[in-house]
Parts: sequence; structure tokens; C-alpha cells
Amino acid sequence: MSLDKGKIIEMYKTMKRIREFEVKAQNLFAEGSIPGFVHLYIGEEAVATGVCANLNEDDYITSTHRGHGHIIAKGGDLRYMMAELYGKSTGYCKGKGGSMHIADATKGILGANGIVGAGHNIATGAGLSAKYKGTQQVCICFFGDASTNQGTFHESLNLASIWKLPIIFVCENNLYGISMSQSRHQAIKDISDRAVAYNMPGIAVDGNDVFAVYEAAEEAIKRARNGQGPTLIECKTYRHRGHFEGDAGAYKPTEEQKEWLEKDPIPRIEKFMIENKIVIEKELEDLRNEVKGQIEEAIEFANNSPYPELETAVNDIYSDIVEEVRVR
Amino acid sequence: MKKMTYAEAIREGMRIKMQQDKKVYILGEDVGAFGGCFGVTSGLFEEFGEDRVRDTPISEGVIIGCAVGSAATGLRPIAELMFVDFLTVGMDQLVNQAAKMRYMFGGKINMPMVVRLPAGAGVQAAAQHSQSLEAWLTHIPGLKVVYPSTPQDALGLMLTSIEDDNPVMYMEHKALYAMEGEIEEVKPIPLGVADVKREGKDITIVATGKMVHETLAASEMLIKEGIDVEVVDPRTLFPLDKKTIFESVKKTHKVVIVTEEHKRGGYGGEISAIISEEIFDELDAPVVRIGALDTPIPFSPVLEDYVIPNYIDIVKAVKSLV
Repeated sequence: MSLDKGKIIEMYKTMKRIREFEVKAQNLFAEGSIPGFVHLYIGEEAVATGVCANLNEDDYITSTHRGHGHIIAKGGDLRYMMAELYGKSTGYCKGKGGSMHIADATKGILGANGIVGAGHNIATGAGLSAKYKGTQQVCICFFGDASTNQGTFHESLNLASIWKLPIIFVCENNLYGISMSQSRHQAIKDISDRAVAYNMPGIAVDGNDVFAVYEAAEEAIKRARNGQGPTLIECKTYRHRGHFEGDAGAYKPTEEQKEWLEKDPIPRIEKFMIENKIVIEKELEDLRNEVKGQIEEAIEFANNSPYPELETAVNDIYSDIVEEVRVR
Repeated sequence: MKKMTYAEAIREGMRIKMQQDKKVYILGEDVGAFGGCFGVTSGLFEEFGEDRVRDTPISEGVIIGCAVGSAATGLRPIAELMFVDFLTVGMDQLVNQAAKMRYMFGGKINMPMVVRLPAGAGVQAAAQHSQSLEAWLTHIPGLKVVYPSTPQDALGLMLTSIEDDNPVMYMEHKALYAMEGEIEEVKPIPLGVADVKREGKDITIVATGKMVHETLAASEMLIKEGIDVEVVDPRTLFPLDKKTIFESVKKTHKVVIVTEEHKRGGYGGEISAIISEEIFDELDAPVVRIGALDTPIPFSPVLEDYVIPNYIDIVKAVKSLV
């Protein structure tokens, strides 16, 4: 592992940025400032952070309905993200996408996605694109445990393997597909076992240990950049909240929740940083405040932004056709 | 001027764009050395190699999805589905991804992809290999839909479809592949421009795909009885050239719409509704639609012929109006 002090601090800040963004989103949704559906990434921060800490700006990611963490880790702008959650015109998607469709093509973020398992297929296209053009880019495909029961998972791992595409399939096994526990929705324990069927390496790591995730991704990305094809990495983690805000998660046993809260990745990295003298408590507090300030700034930006003009609803469908407006 | 078959014209369109632009590539089932199920990509593998003419596993979802991902990242894929019927297997990638990504992302990406969709009946391929699903496609904002009926249109529309920065669904009728026609010029045909395939003054028939030819055959019979039919081929279902259709209706005041899809919920109904809503006063009679019967396409040749519309049905419908 090639992590210096500066890199570790950066990774901590990313994790904390995700956590803080999500906690604020939770509150803003509860108070009615954010409409629609919100799926929070709280508890899974080490996965996106550990993987994306290895990436260049022009590498690609595909994401999921639970995408805020991936987008922040890939360098998404918090202000445009928050404005999109509010449905404002300054949002990443001009208010047309919302939480489940945030994208930033300039940073290789090919979109959160509202269809479970859809990102797998799209990732093959991004991987092919890199290979076809002969670049060194890779594509990270983030997805949850439940999406590995979709046909798209199998189609995509198969295609990526036969074409040796530079893709890292990163499964965030948070133990639940909505309310259905992994033990009920599939007959295997380690999703990484499924790699065998596609003749690619499959590894399972502690998804709450950001350094373990970083190392596994580092190795897989190296393979991909060397033309050795895809890897499946299963990161075992836990979703602290319900499937979406409004789901109290009554199906999650209390003991299980308690056990996983003790493995919360944020206190864990903080403890590591203090124990290894990467920071002292005062510096840690400064980092927390710095991140808090960034989130506050994003909320202020979103609050102060206007809603989109109604006529904008009929453009951006095609590059060259604007649909009819409704006169009211 | 030279002759080409409909299949050769589709291939020539792809070949020209592949020679011009290295970003254009083909993917699909057996499109490589095998040349495609109907032979449409035949010879392209030898000319452009396996990187640009890519055989895929039988996985329609990832064929379309791979096209989506590569289009979003700067390539210009042409995905061949062996039959339009198989689109149902990959529909999420088309409807929820390809068609919506530009919009969902605030207009910040392009989606320059073509999906080739062999459609239609007449080859005794039965219920899962004979459908005309254009209405499924025209219903979805974000997709463009073209449906050439001649080699000239097939070539010109393919050139334009590949150049387009949006997902273009390229319907091709499998019973037309061997049909020969003159290629007057190798030139892109703009999307949204209809073609009057036959000028006439008594009645307008709007027809698509293979039904254009059934309509032309019917017109030759009708002229012998003194009925002069104008045949309008929209060529592009979306965007639709309303202007050319309206001009014809304003001249004839009577309309028959002939499509091979099931009549119920078909795109023919949409064209009919547009005419009724926008130029009702020009009509001297109700718009008549002709389509396939609302049954799955049967196998037996006699049943298939019965279910799919032909020139006899068109002649009958026209006579009921004049």
C-alpha cells in the first residue's frame, strides 16, 4: 500500500464529506426541503472512498440509486449536487434528474441510476470505449448485493471477461436488497464467488476498512490498466439507514445494527489516524469543521438558487429537437 | 446510378461512415465473420476487423447497454439486434437509459447510437420473430425512429442516423432485404422528411416499411378504375414530417393509413389523431387505418397472409372512401 499522510487525510476528508452530506440530506429531507426519494450512503463511505482514491479524473464510474457517496468520492461538486437534490436550476442536471440521476461527464461520472443493475451494462460500454481508444482509463462499476440477481450482472461480467475490458466491478454488499436480507435473496454468502463463473479474480474485503478497500482496488485497477481484464471486488458493509428515507428499517435486527455500528468506518479511520499520529485531536477537529463548512456552503448555494424556468422541461431531450410546451 | 438491394444499401451506409469515422463500430450477435443473421454486415468484418465489427454473446441487454455506455463516452456504436422482437429483452437499456440519459443529466451528454431492428412478417417466422414494434419506440421521448422502404432511403437514412447525436432506432423490414432499387445518389436523407412515393389527386395513403410497396401495388390497380392515389412514405416516424402529410391531405381530403403493426395502439393511430386534431376541416371522410389483425403473428403461411395487411385490403378501403 502506497499511502502517505497527505493521502490518508484526503481519504478521511472524503469519507467525512460523504457522511456530513448524507446526514444533512437526511435532515433536509425530513424537514421537507428535499423532495422525492433519498437513498443514503451512511455506513458505506469506506467503499467509494477507498476505490476512488485510486482513480484519475478521466477514469469512469457508474453508480446506483444510492449514489451520493460515489459522486463525492469521484470529485463531484457538492454545491451542484445539493442544488440537484433540491430540484434547482443550478443543479448538476438543471433539476431534471434529482438524487437518482446525478452525473458529471467531465469527471467520468456516468450517472447515478434508478434502475437496479443498469449500471453494469453501461460500464461495459465505458470500458470498451477506453480499450477501443487505447487509453489507460478504467471504469469502476459500483452496485449493491441485490443487483447481482439481475441478468445484467451476469451479461456484463461475461462480456467484460471475454473482451478483457478494464472494469472493476465493486459490489457493496450492505446485506439488504430493500427489505430482503442477503441470506433470503440469494443462496450464497460471498458474492465474490460469482467471479469464478466468468473466469476473473473475485475477492471479498472488509468494506468498512478504507485501507483494505483501497488495496484491493489498487491491485484490480493495475490489472485493468495492464490489459488483464476485469475484477470483481465484494466489499462487505452495512447500510445504517433504511432503503430510503421514510423506511425505518424494522426488518434489521437490533443486535445486527449494534454490531455494525461498532464497525462504523468513520470512527474507525479517526482512531487509526490518532493512534498512528497522523493527526492530533485538534487537527481532526479542524478537518471536521472544514468539511462541515463545505456542506453548509453547498446548502446555502442550493437554497439561494432559483427553480428551473418551466419551459426548460421540453429541452435537453434531443440535441436538436425541442418538444412542444404546455400553455397555462 | 447503380442498383443495390435494400440489405446492400444498409451495409453501404454503415461502410461509408465506418471509413470516414473510426469512432463508428458495430456490435451484435453473429455480425462478424458470420455476416449477421440476414447477411447485412457481410464483408464488413473482413474490411474493418474484429475491433470494429464485434460479435457479442446472445445478451440483448448488454448489447444495447454497451452501446449506451460507449456512446456516452465518445464512440458511435451501431448495435444490431437480430430481430426487433428481441428488443423486449433489452428494453430497460433502451427506454430507461439510452432515451433518458441526456435529459436526466441536464442535456450534458450525447447519445450517438443506432440500433438496427429487423422487423416485420412475411417469412413464416411466427409470433416471436415477425413483429412490428415501432409504436413501442415512438412512444418514448428521447428516441428517434426511422423506417426506410427502399434501398435509396435505406442508404440515405443510415448515413444520417449514424451522424445523429441521439439514439436512432433503425427499423428495417426483413422481407425487403433482397429488393433491388436504383441508388440515384449517395447522400444523407434528413430525418423528419417524408417522401411522396406516388403523386395522385383523389386520396392520400400514408404507408410505412413494406406497406409502401403494397400501397403502390394497390395504387396501380386503382388507377385502372380511375382512382388516383397519392402515396406518402414518412420514412421517419419520429420526428414526423407533418407538413408533407398535411399538404397531401389538403389536396385529396381523404386519408388511409397503412402500417404492418397491430392496429390497436399502433403508430398509425397517432398519425390519424394528428390529422384529426390539426386539419379536421380538410377531411371529407373519417381517417381509415389498416394494420395487422390484433393477433400474435401466426406461423402457417395462409394464416400469416391473412393476418398481415396487403394490397387487397388497401384497394377495398380506398373504394369504401370514394
